[in-house]
Amino acid sequence: MKARAFSYVCPATVAEALDAFAAAGSEASFIAGGQSLVPALALRLQAPECLVDIGRIAELRGISQDGEWLRLGALTRHVEVHDHPLIAACAPLLALAAPFVAHPAIRNRGTLGGSIALADPASEFPAMMLAVAAEMEIAGPAGRRRVPATDFFQDLYQTAIEPGELLVAIHIPVARPGHRCAFDEFARRRGDYAIVGCGVMLALPADVVNEARIAFLSVGSTPLRARAAEAALNGRPLDAAAIRDAQAALASDLDPADDEQVPAAMRLHLARVLLGRLLGKIAAAA
Amino acid sequence: MNAPLGALDRPNSYIGRSVSRPNAARLLAGRGRYVTDLVLLRMLHVAFLRSPYAHARIVSIDAEAARAMPGVRLVATGPDLARLCTPWTGTLDHFKGMKSAPQLPLPIEEVLWSGQAVVAIVAETRAQAEDAAEAVTVAFEELPAVVEVDHARAPGADRAALAVADNLCFGSRLDTGGIDGVFADAAHVVEEEFHFGRHTAVTLEPRAILADWDPSEGKLTVHHATQTPYQFQDLYSRHYGIPEASVRVVAPDIGGSFGMKLHVYPEDMAVVGLSMLCGRPVKYVADRIEAFVSDIHARDHRVRARMALDDDGTILAMDVDDVTAIGAFSTYPRTSAVEGNQVIRLMGAPYRFHSYRAELSVVFQNKVQTSQYRAVGHPIACAVTERLVDLAAAKVGLDPVAMRERNLIADDAYPCASPTGYQFEALSHQASLAKLKAMMDYDGLRAEQAALRQRGIHRGIGIASFVEISNPSPAFYGIGGARISAQDGAILTVTPSGEVRCQISVTEQGQGTETIVGQVVADQLGVPRERVRVITGDTETTPHGGATWACRGAGIGGETALQAARKLRGNVLAIAASILQAQAGELDMRDGVVVDAASGTERVSLSEVARIAYFRSDTLPRDLSAQLSVAHHHAPQGYPFAFTNGVQGCHVELDVETGFVKILKHWVVEDCGRIINPLLVDEQVRGGVVQGLGAAFFEECRYDENGQLTNGSLADYLVPMACEMPDIVVGHIETPTADTELGAKGCGEAGTAAASAAALNAVNDAMSPFGARIAQIPMTPARLLKALGTI
Ligand SMILES: Cc1cc2nc3c(=O)[nH]c(=O)nc-3n(C[C@H](O)[C@H](O)[C@H](O)COP(=O)(O)OP(=O)(O)OC[C@H]3O[C@@H](n4cnc5c(N)ncnc54)[C@H](O)[C@@H]3O)c2cc1C
Repeated sequence: MKARAFSYVCPATVAEALDAFAAAGSEASFIAGGQSLVPALALRLQAPECLVDIGRIAELRGISQDGEWLRLGALTRHVEVHDHPLIAACAPLLALAAPFVAHPAIRNRGTLGGSIALADPASEFPAMMLAVAAEMEIAGPAGRRRVPATDFFQDLYQTAIEPGELLVAIHIPVARPGHRCAFDEFARRRGDYAIVGCGVMLALPADVVNEARIAFLSVGSTPLRARAAEAALNGRPLDAAAIRDAQAALASDLDPADDEQVPAAMRLHLARVLLGRLLGKIAAAA
Repeated sequence: MNAPLGALDRPNSYIGRSVSRPNAARLLAGRGRYVTDLVLLRMLHVAFLRSPYAHARIVSIDAEAARAMPGVRLVATGPDLARLCTPWTGTLDHFKGMKSAPQLPLPIEEVLWSGQAVVAIVAETRAQAEDAAEAVTVAFEELPAVVEVDHARAPGADRAALAVADNLCFGSRLDTGGIDGVFADAAHVVEEEFHFGRHTAVTLEPRAILADWDPSEGKLTVHHATQTPYQFQDLYSRHYGIPEASVRVVAPDIGGSFGMKLHVYPEDMAVVGLSMLCGRPVKYVADRIEAFVSDIHARDHRVRARMALDDDGTILAMDVDDVTAIGAFSTYPRTSAVEGNQVIRLMGAPYRFHSYRAELSVVFQNKVQTSQYRAVGHPIACAVTERLVDLAAAKVGLDPVAMRERNLIADDAYPCASPTGYQFEALSHQASLAKLKAMMDYDGLRAEQAALRQRGIHRGIGIASFVEISNPSPAFYGIGGARISAQDGAILTVTPSGEVRCQISVTEQGQGTETIVGQVVADQLGVPRERVRVITGDTETTPHGGATWACRGAGIGGETALQAARKLRGNVLAIAASILQAQAGELDMRDGVVVDAASGTERVSLSEVARIAYFRSDTLPRDLSAQLSVAHHHAPQGYPFAFTNGVQGCHVELDVETGFVKILKHWVVEDCGRIINPLLVDEQVRGGVVQGLGAAFFEECRYDENGQLTNGSLADYLVPMACEMPDIVVGHIETPTADTELGAKGCGEAGTAAASAAALNAVNDAMSPFGARIAQIPMTPARLLKALGTI
């Protein structure tokens, strides 16, 4: 299929981009890496009248550390998340998740901001925003604000970004030396969206877990934090009993839908197996 | 036996050599010319509006708004094209009692599957045609959809096609007699119910066609991504009433086909009519989404089967019931019954036993039609047979390899016939199995398996012997009334500068047909291969022939090339003898030079012979007929099919907690007779294995209860990809057929024939400590977790 005709603008600044969007009315769409939007256009699932290409806006680029915070411009490519030394050092969980995002050709074009703005519950990075306690910086006609990840993902493909607003940057608290993290997923083929995926981040001072953050992808209509499982770990040594309790607690955290390929029971089962393996790995390395 | 084709040490001994493909560099450089790349003056594009319902009546079509849209040149519906094109029916005479509803390019009253094209919108660009398609309104009255086979076969069931009295397309029975008694008296009986998913070809290049009707000459040229240009020349001629000689079908570069591009598709027929209505070239390229709902699908079988054995594990009998659901129509012109027919005839083919009974039911339902796809019927027959053999081995207490050693037809027992009526000239099951066992280090793998099980690592080993049908004679289609040729033709010419042009009816879809034809010609003529240019795929420049399907390119096309080259060589030597005042019998051609056969002394170059023949014929004797072009046709004679055989081994690791399977390694030993090009044979086998592993683990067209395809995109339909594929080790046994000089049989389907069977046995082997088993492919994690009782 061919996309429907649309007009195209390519602003140089955030302000121009917001103006261009406003000028086009509700029929506009921002385009970043295009790795989700272009297929949707080609399938005529979306047919905006105007594309506002944010790809040339310098402010949206760059990876930098400012004290306790790491700032990732919205246009940070998946491949940069995969390769950048600052990310490996300050947000290692993202670097662990990056190889699981699609394939190299897509990682070369797709952007972190695009992935998070789209908020596909099966995507790796949105879920990892919960695990690293990221804050999203959003610019709109009314100014700028920062929204914590826990408030950002609201429903299926729905985020705190209002129509006409732009995700400018992602801010992530720099991981401290005691932090441990692990990521893995079960996907039918390398690079596919996963049946279930999980990122774990926790601190292990004095061999006792605290600040556990466990985030799942592909288990509901948004990325999900497994708070009951976290609670089952916090304050305890990371031993077999704690891991078993965390796995069991997932029953109250996750309520996946039944689908014909992956029955709900299977998804929950796989989530438990996955969490058990990740925690086991952290425990073994500790 | 075959005349020796010569040792590999002559200058032009290309037969048996891993010669690379001359067209590969061109395709890799992006210089391929696919139908999609063609641009003709005044060319239009068509988009099709498709049925959203699996079964519905067309109440009305309102296209007025669309006709007024920018760039739109024509909006056509069923009646518009029915005025030009006669209907077609996908039956063959030798399938007694077979029925199917007639088809037209676009339906008039009734749509029979979700995705069937209903309205054609022709515009200056495809995007404009799609814009206009959104403005066409079709009022449908939904009819009950027949989706499940049991629903289709129930008494008083809804009809998949209103015009067809019941949903049985074709039924067939084979019975050697006395089977119930054999089963009653047998020491052991094993049985299983198998389910084989629907899948589809997913060629890299989708279907594409560009029809160009020239009213000034009454001439139709169709650039068509197909395997079989001559078949389509005949069909366009007959259905559109254009003399055959005025229809030209050109198949340029083709990006894969696997059988998918040799069937008649309504859209393709429509495009011809649209070009006639517009008087302009019209192009249609299926996009991926359309491909999923309109390309043929394949397989979709439910097989109940049992096997009887005596006390020591000797196979006595098989009893099989195959129900296959083929969609709403039988495909034209090759039908949708060939696969089921081959399933029931290939059952048990590698084994020595005498009692057999089979029942085949080919059933209509409201889905896109199924038809011939790589290894037609083979994977079903092979998986059923090989799984039963493994179940029997377990029951009798034999190792799977020992079980096969006991029951395979002995290599010295040929010629012989199968209980299903196939005649085998010479196969090598025992030698192949022995070779596979050594290649795999079978005993080592078994020891490793036992050790790893202690540590909770569950690996499985699966073996599958197979027989493949190749080199089909007219017994395949011709006998059933289809104008599908079993012969091939070649015209071979020495050009004035002493190069060689081979125009041949076998075609190229990426598998290397042109390469092996060039090898055979160069070898037999005695010229460097670079001097042979092979031309295929154009009905106007190549002789009529069967083209490429069912594993016939090397066996039939290769023999055609061989015979033509020998004829031409005789002519060249006769002219040379005359020039040299020598005896033709004392001359030979080597490396493009006529030499003394005995001493090898160079006498005259081929280019000099050609120069004299073309430009100085006045210097040649009057009675010498200097024919530097020869034509030759070859049809298989002798056995109706040249059967090939082989055996595959698959090694997997099952994660019993997750149901995920890692395919560790795969081995194939195959016997395709004379190997013309080992590199290409290995590529064919590996590609075929990957398709078989795709079927075993990934590929499945899933439908909901309303007959809607639920995974019709490459995001949801899983094709096998490199990361999940194992190393595939290929070995060979060579048992040439004596029916031809070349001795080549097919190899294109061998990989696909048995890979899924070997994988099925391997996974079952891995699950055996848990008492779990599975008899359904694809083996998804969900199905494996269910089999293991985890969910
Ligand atoms: C074959 C394939 C496989 C894939 N597999 C995976 C996978 O396994 N895991 C995974 O996570 N993803 C996968 N993806 C998606 C990929 O990661 C996309 O790149 C990503 O989801 C979107 O990023 P983008 O920059 O391409 O966004 P675009 O496609 O340009 O935009 C996506 C949406 O976000 C909006 N948007 C983009 N940037 C902003 C912004 N700064 N502010 C506000 N709105 C914005 C756009 O308007 C649009 O609605 C896959 C894609 C393909 C094609």
